[in-house]
Amino acid sequence: MEILLVILVLVLLSIALWQLTKIFDLTQVGDSDDSQVANDSDNNIQGYLMFGFLAFIYIFSIYGLIKWGPLVLHTPASKHGETVDNLMNITWLLIFIVQAVTQVLVHYFSFKYRGKKGNKALFFADSNKLEVIWSGIPAVVLALLIGYGLYAWVDIMFVDENEETIEIELYAQQFKWSARYSGADNVLGKANVRLIEGVNTLGVDLSDPNAQDDIVVSELHIPKGKKIHFKIRSQDVLHSAFFPHFRAQMNCVPGMVTEFAFEPVYTSDEYRALPFMVEKVKNINALREAKSKELVAKGQAPLDPYTFDFLLLCNKICGASHYNMQMKVVVDTPEDFKKWLSDKPSLVQEVKTANAPKPVEGEVGADSTKAKDTAAIAKMAMK
Amino acid sequence: MSAEVHEHTHEHEHHHKDTFITKYIFSIDHKMIAKQYLITGIVMGVVGVLMSMLFRMQLAWPEESFKIFNVLLGDKFAPNGVMANDIYLALVTIHGTIMVFFVLTAGLSGTFSNLLIPLQIGARDMASGFLNMISYWLFFLSSVIMLSSLFVEAGPASAGWTIYPPLSALPQAIPGSGTGMTLWLVSMAIFIAASLMGSLNYIVTVINLRTKGMSMTRLPLTIWAFFVTAIIGVISFPVLLSAALLLIFDRSFGTSFFLSDIYIAGEVLHYQGGSPVLFEHLFWFLGHPEVYIIILPALGITSEIIATNSRKPIFGYRAMIMSILAIAFLSTIVWGHHMFISGMNPFLGSVFTFTTLLIAIPSAVKAFNYITTLWKGNLQLNPAMLFSIGLVSTFITGGLTGIILGDSTLDINVHDTYFVVAHFHLVMGISALYGMFAGIYHWYPKMFGRMLNKNLGYVHFWVTAVCAYGVFFPMHFIGLAGLPRRYYTNTNFPLFDDLQNVNVLITTFALIGGVFQLVFLYNFFSSIFYGKKAVQNPWKSNTLEWTAPVEHIHGNWPGEIPEVHRWPYDYSNPAHDVDFVPQNVPMKEGEEVLHH
Repeated sequence: MEILLVILVLVLLSIALWQLTKIFDLTQVGDSDDSQVANDSDNNIQGYLMFGFLAFIYIFSIYGLIKWGPLVLHTPASKHGETVDNLMNITWLLIFIVQAVTQVLVHYFSFKYRGKKGNKALFFADSNKLEVIWSGIPAVVLALLIGYGLYAWVDIMFVDENEETIEIELYAQQFKWSARYSGADNVLGKANVRLIEGVNTLGVDLSDPNAQDDIVVSELHIPKGKKIHFKIRSQDVLHSAFFPHFRAQMNCVPGMVTEFAFEPVYTSDEYRALPFMVEKVKNINALREAKSKELVAKGQAPLDPYTFDFLLLCNKICGASHYNMQMKVVVDTPEDFKKWLSDKPSLVQEVKTANAPKPVEGEVGADSTKAKDTAAIAKMAMK
Repeated sequence: MSAEVHEHTHEHEHHHKDTFITKYIFSIDHKMIAKQYLITGIVMGVVGVLMSMLFRMQLAWPEESFKIFNVLLGDKFAPNGVMANDIYLALVTIHGTIMVFFVLTAGLSGTFSNLLIPLQIGARDMASGFLNMISYWLFFLSSVIMLSSLFVEAGPASAGWTIYPPLSALPQAIPGSGTGMTLWLVSMAIFIAASLMGSLNYIVTVINLRTKGMSMTRLPLTIWAFFVTAIIGVISFPVLLSAALLLIFDRSFGTSFFLSDIYIAGEVLHYQGGSPVLFEHLFWFLGHPEVYIIILPALGITSEIIATNSRKPIFGYRAMIMSILAIAFLSTIVWGHHMFISGMNPFLGSVFTFTTLLIAIPSAVKAFNYITTLWKGNLQLNPAMLFSIGLVSTFITGGLTGIILGDSTLDINVHDTYFVVAHFHLVMGISALYGMFAGIYHWYPKMFGRMLNKNLGYVHFWVTAVCAYGVFFPMHFIGLAGLPRRYYTNTNFPLFDDLQNVNVLITTFALIGGVFQLVFLYNFFSSIFYGKKAVQNPWKSNTLEWTAPVEHIHGNWPGEIPEVHRWPYDYSNPAHDVDFVPQNVPMKEGEEVLHH
């Protein structure tokens, strides 16, 4: 309801302004035909406002940098992230310089050269020298940026075949992520959505020898210091696998496998302990506590306190619950990672357990399960 | 109004008689068609802006109950005044579609190309007035269809304005992809037909119907911008049409152009062998040139207004033409920068990074030429001039962040976050809107024979300018914090809790800025009837449209079409005493051309 009141106030405000301008109009002498064309007094007022607006842009920018600067993503958690952030910082420096200078020129000139009756503007139509300067300088600067950018891009996007990596499949479906580990052979078994059945929700081809040791999980664990090569699939619509802290993103496209590789350089625990993160979490928890008080006063449950976790987000509109498609990502030490993975059953085992005859089921149901069973066993036997 | 009609018909009875229908509805007069485009564009703009205000409220105060949601969206989409998540996506989708195509393409380009091309090149009308009329009415039809899609049961299209399949192809994936999406596609197909007819007409008119003496290098920059925009449109819009048709085939006739290997709602669909990435290529082959289709006319308008109101020639006339041509050429080979992480070959990413960053060069040339035009001018700070200066400011601010997004390496992390939203809203949304407002304030006297109130114009500009920065400057930060766009709410991510205050601030500016557009609407509609009568050349401008009488007549000039003797930017020419020399004034004895 507050918002309606706000809107009402604004409407009244604009009516008041309109009334003011009407009064202003009436006070103007005569009703000359050019009364709606800027005169010297308009030029004066608007010129000063232009100068004021320059101040506004500057103050607002500096205020924003101080107040919101700390909110942006900080230390990259992946090896290539450092290159990305370096390039980003160089680009930012350039942008700030150009922005600071050009905005001054635009607004200061608008103020300085505000019109006055009797003044005559300078007839200055062209200068090849100036045009060369301001097409040449950007060209050189951009060439450097493009050079650095392309060098980094090639480094990030092309995975060296000889490099030792861990292969993991990321699997997207509407509003849920899964991950498939390639197991001891480090090769993912073939898969196709046409093979989706029961607990085999990823459509893994169980007859493929490479699939026998594949493991499917719903929480992603990766080891620090190893390059992870993600193979990415989607079963229904476009999704995008976005790991903001690792500076990694790749779309998930039904019908094809996309890829991205990165190497984590902090474990989750180490990243949590970084000073900026401690500060950020403290800040978030203060906000959540305040919110909790409000909620409790309204008779609702309070919010849980927050601890930081790396996240995988969906970053391509994928349906009504797009805003809630996420997976927790844990970076372990290589030892912890090995231990965690060894506790997980392989997909083949899971399928076997799920297909084991269940005595509680009715006749018809049991029949159909049995049929599937034999099919699965036949497939297994074929390997 | 009837008095006006009477007066008008009386004035040239020698001409054929206009009925109400041929004058105001099925008119073939380019000036009337321009007004029709403008008013339709404004109506669509009101809808588009209102939608953004609604979803901004949801973002600032997620899942809170507002009566206004219930009133506007109904019980199904806002039960108890809480906005539902699927209608949120629908609002975002239709907001984008309306603003990009219906307001900033048709409303901006349609209005000013129609109004100014014949008047500024010295033609009696468009090459084909009839085609022009059909073009407007198809545009009108597509607007009606687009708006009617808001009322279908499952809701309008909600796959984002880029309508990537499979989401846009499968009603199982999102309810808006049913009838709503069908209407979207039909509406856009008709829109494209309208746009093509308009563009072909503009091109033919500029090439064939220039008055005596109006060589290509004496054309005002507005005409250059409209001409090149029309060419880009003719090259790229048909590709979107083909994409839309193929999508219709996939949706309705079971083909697999864009779909493959899909398992949804518990079953495998029959599609095999298609690729959503193909759709992305086709879409962005229009989608990227589209942003130049939007911004170039705004830049053309700005060039004209800044020169006139600075009382100075536009600096670097030829460089401006070259940069328009360079931007147009490059615009057709950069579409892949929307697809760095789409799964296409990373090698293509390198190529598109290269071509994309090249665009910064002609853009920088334009920005610096505007700044130099202001230097040592005698600036007449009319509302149109303020909006033009505002455009230069936002075009720079928004354009600079393009260096980040155009660089594939940096795009990885800001792709599809609010950083992108901030970037393109400033560089082509707000800038083009400023261009449109500037054009309206400047050519209102030409369109309606009356003046807009300047003080309301000043209020409109300053509130809009502060709010535009207020909305989009903080938005860069929440994008850099990693917040994805098109999220109904970020309350499911405690990680983003510290961004909520920023969202509230953004929404506050958005609501104030949105409401203050009422000042403009009031000014616009009341001045049609009660505005001060305009003189023939209120801004003391050089271009030919101001040599035509204030009262509109068929054929634009009562007698002969004026002949052109000079370029359009002889402002403060030292050889003359007055500070402007219209294009139809013959060169004085011994007068030299003072520009290249």
